[in-house]
Amino acid sequence: MSELPDLAGHFGRYGGRFVPEALVKALDELDAAYREARTDPEFQGRFTGLLRDYAGTPSLLYRAERLSAAVGAEILLKREDLNHTGAHKVRNVLGQALLAQKMGKKRVIAETGAGQHGVASATAAALLDLDCVVYMGQVDTERQALNVARMRMLGATVVPVTTGSRTLKDALNEALRDWVSTVETTHYLLGTAAGPHPFPELVRDFVGGIGTEARAQCLEQLGRLPDAVAACVGGGSNAIGIFHAFVPDTDVRLYGFEAGGDGVETGRHAASITGGSSGVLHGARTYVLQDDDGQTLESHSISAGLDYPGVGPEHAWLHDTGRATYEPVTDAEAMAAFQLLCRTEGIIPAIESAHALAGAARLAPRLAAELGRTPTIVVNLSGRGDKDVHTAGAYFGLLGDVSTIVPGENS
Amino acid sequence: MTSIAETFGKARAEGRALLVGCMPAGFPTVDDSIASMVAMAEAGCDVIEVELPYSDPVMDGPVIQKASDIALANGVRTRDTLRVIEAVAATGAQVVLMTYWNPIERYGVDAFARDLAAAGATGMITPDLIPDEAAEWLAASDRYGNDRTFLVSPSSTDARLAMTLEHCRGFVYATALMGVTGARSQVSQQAPELVARIRAADPEMAVGVGLGVGTGAQAAEVAGFADGVIVGSALIRCVLEAPDTATGQQRLRALSAELAQGVRNPRR
Repeated sequence: MSELPDLAGHFGRYGGRFVPEALVKALDELDAAYREARTDPEFQGRFTGLLRDYAGTPSLLYRAERLSAAVGAEILLKREDLNHTGAHKVRNVLGQALLAQKMGKKRVIAETGAGQHGVASATAAALLDLDCVVYMGQVDTERQALNVARMRMLGATVVPVTTGSRTLKDALNEALRDWVSTVETTHYLLGTAAGPHPFPELVRDFVGGIGTEARAQCLEQLGRLPDAVAACVGGGSNAIGIFHAFVPDTDVRLYGFEAGGDGVETGRHAASITGGSSGVLHGARTYVLQDDDGQTLESHSISAGLDYPGVGPEHAWLHDTGRATYEPVTDAEAMAAFQLLCRTEGIIPAIESAHALAGAARLAPRLAAELGRTPTIVVNLSGRGDKDVHTAGAYFGLLGDVSTIVPGENS
Repeated sequence: MTSIAETFGKARAEGRALLVGCMPAGFPTVDDSIASMVAMAEAGCDVIEVELPYSDPVMDGPVIQKASDIALANGVRTRDTLRVIEAVAATGAQVVLMTYWNPIERYGVDAFARDLAAAGATGMITPDLIPDEAAEWLAASDRYGNDRTFLVSPSSTDARLAMTLEHCRGFVYATALMGVTGARSQVSQQAPELVARIRAADPEMAVGVGLGVGTGAQAAEVAGFADGVIVGSALIRCVLEAPDTATGQQRLRALSAELAQGVRNPRR
């Protein structure tokens, strides 16, 4: 299973390339450059050097004792929130920006929803002296104004996308259109382990250090592997990043928690695996939120970073084979877990990561009953919550007159 | 029904190119789109390319996306597209479908190939389906006799060009430039070279050139080296930007006639 995808980028029936012919040459070039980079000591040396000296990895594996006590499981947090730029995404952008440089491309384009991938891309572009254009749905530029300012400070051009639903899905379409027109000089720095081959594979490998580190840290700190690994799933890059090293360890259960929004049954959610069906979107066959005619449905989540109607094809495969389990977490469950982590550990998580925390908390009693002991769960704390303070503040009613707030309310 | 290859052959014998005019089904309503397509055919479009409106048309520029969005917002369904094809084909016009892949996969590839043929279309142009991923479509189109038009691009390698041509039936769609649909002020410099490469690889295959053509003069220029001239955005804009339906239809007829004149007087 770990040898997937095949040479054409297929994970079983998922993945592949559903793209205009104009992009095939660029994807082939990228694939060839990536295959070479994998065994090129100089490339690997630069990549691991930047991860260590610039991004601050390996990230910590932290035993969260007060949280553990609250949920009834031994929770270990993989602290990707401590990386430079505040999320796991820095691993992917550094890898891809180095690849762009290796291919002689001076310009990178990226799409972003919440702005985290845009900020990470602008950061890597600044570091490696590349021009950077970030496509962002107009709706998102308004809700994430601070990240727009960050990207511009870092020297990137932010293009608000006014087509379609004006969110992440449309930003991705616009980035693909740009790429069709500029493919000779431009690398598309795709933000998650989705899209046409080789993106799902190369993004997985660039973020795969999360799981490799976590696995080694578990062996060192616990003397054994955990019972389960939990991560949030939008496009699915942080989840595949932590899952990948554990896939061969069949005793370790893998759980992906999707954005359930108002509840999958309401139709207002972003749970592509739980509430979607097999289809083709943005260059790959995978699980997609779609109507009976195959038109993409709009997704909904309190977390802009999970608000995407598709998922990386490897997750579709892991789901179908039963190696990983995917469950939805509602906005309300995620926000309760968000608050719980703030209050028990003094860590403000990204709302994305709060979905993984909520899932782990739900999982704890189930696993305890099944195993007959306290389970150990590694949770990928994929990002920090700075960007979400406004959303969370509004959700908990903390932005207005502080004298009206009742302590403990909403907890 | 005359096969599209025969129609291309006949035009080639006459020393002219075919005009392929594109319009999304259901834009702005199903009946209006049928009227537009019939008007285009009457005014000189040899082939009507019906586009199935799709939510995420990555190969299309802003004009076609806007028209597709309007059609979808007005509730057009895949079955309506088949109804449009049936109505237009019934007038004697030659019809091909252009569609992104997911709606076809969702409908069921085999069932769609069957229903497409029954509706009277000669085949399908698939902008985001390359032969590498097309096993199901290759099988279904062989079963129901649909033509298959894949895209080739200036960036296609010789090996990919040959492979793609091997899987095309009816005609091949040569994208004149690296970019998305939409009229441009000048015809691409890359187009003649791409067409020459196609001819070298397969002298028999009819070549339609699309992307960037919007005027009679440009149509004449492209007709000088290609078998078919494919026009979408410029025609759609006639309807999109018109103050009312009658004016839109009038502009559509006028531009179709201008383009038809162009393909009949190739600049060689």
